[in-house]
Amino acid sequence: MSLSTPTPTVLEIKGSLLPVMIVQLFDTDKERIAAALQEKVQKAPNFFLNATVILDLNAIQTPDLPLSDIVQIARDNGLTPVGIRGANDEHKQLAAQLSLGLFPNGKEIQKNKSPEKEATPQPSNTKIVSQPVRSGQQVVCLDGDLVILSSVSHGAEVLAKRHIHVYGALRGRALAGVNGDTQARIFCHHMDAEIVSIAGNYQVNEDLTEEVRGKAAQVFLENDKLMVHALNTTNMLKR
Amino acid sequence: MSKIIAVTSGKGGVGKTTTSAAFATGLALRGYKTVVIDFDVGLRNLDLIMGCERRVVYDFVNVINGEGNLNQALIKDKRVESLYILPASQTRDKDALSQEGVEQVLAELRDRFDYIICDSPAGIEHGAIMAMYYADEAIIVTNPEVSSVRDSDRVIGLLSSKTARAIEGKAPIKEHLLITRYLPKRVNQGDMLSAADVQDILAIPLLGVIPESSVVLQSSNAGTPVSLESNTDAGQAYLDIVSRFLGEDCPMRFVNDKKGLLSRLFGN
Repeated sequence: MSLSTPTPTVLEIKGSLLPVMIVQLFDTDKERIAAALQEKVQKAPNFFLNATVILDLNAIQTPDLPLSDIVQIARDNGLTPVGIRGANDEHKQLAAQLSLGLFPNGKEIQKNKSPEKEATPQPSNTKIVSQPVRSGQQVVCLDGDLVILSSVSHGAEVLAKRHIHVYGALRGRALAGVNGDTQARIFCHHMDAEIVSIAGNYQVNEDLTEEVRGKAAQVFLENDKLMVHALNTTNMLKR
Repeated sequence: MSKIIAVTSGKGGVGKTTTSAAFATGLALRGYKTVVIDFDVGLRNLDLIMGCERRVVYDFVNVINGEGNLNQALIKDKRVESLYILPASQTRDKDALSQEGVEQVLAELRDRFDYIICDSPAGIEHGAIMAMYYADEAIIVTNPEVSSVRDSDRVIGLLSSKTARAIEGKAPIKEHLLITRYLPKRVNQGDMLSAADVQDILAIPLLGVIPESSVVLQSSNAGTPVSLESNTDAGQAYLDIVSRFLGEDCPMRFVNDKKGLLSRLFGN
């Protein structure tokens, strides 16, 4: 064989991430599974046609699972089961007989969610700043509320996981609920903020109405809409 | 105990050098041994305002580099006893101000003077940081105008974070607000921020207000510190702030338009 003759490529192996659907099972009865799956598939037959699926057995505690029947039910509905995950040892043996792949668990679900194991809520750490926040300065509180006893200047930025309270003028940027907390609010004694934002919903100074500009005000989300309201007794009664 | 006072603003052209010269002269007129240092290396101006530009031989950078000693670089003012000027170098840039060098020169000056006035360059870069770094007190010079106020706010933030007192956790720098180029008439017309507005935004004690005055330009060109023009409004305003700085009770002047009330009554 001469060196100049290229060897024809037989195969190449590449890594890839492909979309795959998870069918999570909560029941072992094959009739009920067949009915439920058929109902789902009929809602969007084209979407499910030849779709590769993984059977998630995390919620199944009993060893007597009719796995081969379930695989057949899936195929009858146009799905292509390629493997299982969350299996116990009996299920794994069954899967090997059916030539199904074994996949690692994504995140722990359902059966691990016992109430006694629920994480105790982290104590919320409020940060209190007594100095004015000057232009160019940034104050961040990623644990809880941020309380500014003085003013926040133009060009300054304050960010908090929860609420932001400003007991002076708010002239800079205030971003509350930066981790996505839609219940977070911003309160200030004098509203003239460059930007106010709750969980990413923001409003610039230009859009402040004259009813709130220069007034004591609060900012909150209502149906995903950012509301800036003057803090007066009428509004206090409403909210 | 000598005091180092930085005169700073962030923004250029607001009157830092005019204030440094007038304030230093005012302190010297009261009998305090005072030196005023030009930190604006490369854009030397203080010598002109102080009228000693023809007598500069050695400068601040020469002293830092050991090319000359302080006695050679310090220029004694001819009008006021106990007033000295330490000029900047015009041929170098701000990087020539090493922190150790500045510290050493200031330590030497502390032994000889009651007040050391540091005239900061504009901006918030190395030169400005060096001018404020070892300060005990600071005069923040601001024009009644939004961009100047914002820059001053930035500088006040730096005073409380980037200076020796802040870094070493000592008592914070004592801040004084000085509003210059003030026109009460335009404030009354609503064209200019009022002293109260500026003070509200910056939230530091007001040392004084210097009215806009043609005297400032004339005295700059003549090389005379404004406080030596004691029969003018700006000159008196600077003498007032020296009094207030020294703790004397001195009512605010030049804040209100004298004709303000009458013109308001008669609708202009």
